[in-house]
Amino acid sequence: MQVDTIKNGIVIDHITAGKGMKIYNLLGLDSLECSVAFIKNAPSRKMGKKDIIKIDADIVVDTAILGFVDPDVTVNIIKDNKIVEKKTIELPEKLVDVLKCKNPRCISMTEQELPHIFTLADKENRVYRCLYCETKA
Amino acid sequence: MRSLIDILELSTTELEKLLAVACDIIENPQKYAHKCDGKKLATLFFEPSTRTRLSFEAAMYELGGNVLGFSEANSSSAAKGESVADTAKTVGCYADIIAMRHPKEGAPLVASMNSSVPVINAGDGGHNHPTQTLADLLTIHREKGRFDNLTVGFCGDLKFGRTVHSLISALKRYKNVKFVFISPSELKIPDYVKETLTKEGIKYTETTDLEGSMADLDILYMTRVQRERFFNEEDYLRLKDSYILTPEKLANAKEDMSILHPLPRVNEISVAIDNDPRACYFKQVFNGKIMRMALILKLLEVE
Ligand SMILES: [Zn+2]
Repeated sequence: MQVDTIKNGIVIDHITAGKGMKIYNLLGLDSLECSVAFIKNAPSRKMGKKDIIKIDADIVVDTAILGFVDPDVTVNIIKDNKIVEKKTIELPEKLVDVLKCKNPRCISMTEQELPHIFTLADKENRVYRCLYCETKA
Repeated sequence: MRSLIDILELSTTELEKLLAVACDIIENPQKYAHKCDGKKLATLFFEPSTRTRLSFEAAMYELGGNVLGFSEANSSSAAKGESVADTAKTVGCYADIIAMRHPKEGAPLVASMNSSVPVINAGDGGHNHPTQTLADLLTIHREKGRFDNLTVGFCGDLKFGRTVHSLISALKRYKNVKFVFISPSELKIPDYVKETLTKEGIKYTETTDLEGSMADLDILYMTRVQRERFFNEEDYLRLKDSYILTPEKLANAKEDMSILHPLPRVNEISVAIDNDPRACYFKQVFNGKIMRMALILKLLEVE
């Protein structure tokens, strides 16, 4: 795969330099069969340095995860070598099974089958709290 | 169907209605004696708390209902490893409403998400205890007749005191409420509570001096300073007496100040104060039962 050309797929652009790997891991991109390019510290006019992830397949990425890790990213949807859609990301209201609660007294620690749910408590400061015990993420 | 997990789930309007029902129950108890005939309350206490459980049970009996349940985890299905969700689903087949106490934070919320009947949080670890706050609020309502224009002092363990935190969040919704936080520096009110108050423009002061703060207070909410909260015995012994309320310390207090305490007390309020007209902590116990009655009626949608 040439890093620059994707026929049908997704480009996650404008990732804050250093956060690309976290996004790669949280989206579970290592389990994809298709080609995935991970570009670190690419020069950027706006940001100085940025990370970029290119996925050569028409998959749906979890925008909640993107919004949580780095809400300033843009997601470009590529069809027939052209950008057909540019999505900006919003902070998700709810994160399911992205983070785990660190409070040892939380019910989600003892009951393994419960989904790990965090909700946006403070948009301005990007604070998420555990749904069950309200501990800060 | 609704549950009560966190006191803030009740709007101020709903709270007012609940207080009105509570006052009517006090005036006309016979009117309510058969409101819950044939209904069952399940008290699921995964950790023992005799006084809270008795309060719930007395509340249900006074409404004409019945009670079933357990009072500690080792006699329950949890001891066999059943999940809170499954327990809630099962008990919903037997009872019309559940009161749950659990050592793990968030367990009653999980129960409410899985139950076909309303769930009342009867205390989840150090997290929430909304019916205690309802008892506190009814006491303030009956003693003061208002929630606005009050200076409320909290004294003792303000760091871990969940009853303190929920009463603050319930009261800060009213106009011109001021808080005075009186505690040893080891047990100060958490930063996040102060941050919220600052953000919402609510006045508060922090001090280590109980006696010096006394004259301003309309309400004094005492809590227990527990030995296990201190790193060493010396600090505990040095500090504990400064936070014991005695008749001498009340010298400068307002004539109509109300003294509250969520109980049980150990020694933080001298028994010499029990007969002082300002002592409201046993009234608070009574009010707790009344508010639980009002809450059960509301959640069961009994008119
Ligand atoms: Zn939690």
